[in-house]
Amino acid sequence: MKARIHVTLKNGVLDPQGKAIEHALSNMGFGGVDEARQGKYIELDLAETDRTKAEASVDEMCRKLIANTVIENYSIELE
Amino acid sequence: MKSAVIVFPGSNCDRDMAVALEKITGTKPLMVWHQEYDFDTVDFIALPGGFSYGDYLRCGAMSARSHIMKEIVKRANAGVPTFGVCNGFQILTETGVLPGALMRNAGLHFVCKDVEMTVENTGTMFTSGYKAGETITIPVAHHDGNYFADDETLDRLEGEGHVAFKYTSDINGAQRRIAGVVNAKGNVLGMMPHPERMIEPALGGSDGRVLFESVMNRLG
Repeated sequence: MKARIHVTLKNGVLDPQGKAIEHALSNMGFGGVDEARQGKYIELDLAETDRTKAEASVDEMCRKLIANTVIENYSIELE
Repeated sequence: MKSAVIVFPGSNCDRDMAVALEKITGTKPLMVWHQEYDFDTVDFIALPGGFSYGDYLRCGAMSARSHIMKEIVKRANAGVPTFGVCNGFQILTETGVLPGALMRNAGLHFVCKDVEMTVENTGTMFTSGYKAGETITIPVAHHDGNYFADDETLDRLEGEGHVAFKYTSDINGAQRRIAGVVNAKGNVLGMMPHPERMIEPALGGSDGRVLFESVMNRLG
């Protein structure tokens, strides 16, 4: 089973890299981008075949390492 | 005073810290590799600056989960004076021993210069040698020193005197210009500036020396 994890900064946390992307896009002539936020994407190949168990285990991995919940949110997709 | 400097792959201020500790305390510190599970009882633990694990995932994230950090968290929670500088500060926030997180500098640039900061609380074992409200000069060298915590945490830190140092001007976007914080017990300090690089006039000043002397005086 594959887990796809997105880690994003929480609302209200300043994202200077996202801001730089936003400015670069605007300088390149791309209009209409109100905001850019940068995050991380992580893929895991899991040996687990039980969806519920996999979800619980990946959630724990996110809480304990993959995301820093002081500043970040995460979402998990299993496939 | 017996001290230990913890060394991770990618630490690069471990020797600066060791030299400062030896010069000031008169005793060579123990250098402890991150894969150790245990080490001798010491009076003071230092987590040095650097780029441990290449800052992979987040600064300090990998080191915070290393074998040795389990032991250090245990000792820090038991009251052993523990001091994290720069990457060491990032590691301490990643373990949750200190509140908040260190994010990419708001200006995106690596900041490497001497900065002024004020001593916000002289009641801690790390700051008792400074005068209240004193402005001191200590070098910084970091890309991720932008201190972040939610407003509730920041209010609590300020209200309870857990902010040890504040920059006199905004150098990296840190919330409320916070440069260093102590834990609730007061035995753990984390800070972005490098006092170990300012311990004698030959290095440009001695403002950092006072911090180590404060700890020494407290430990007797």
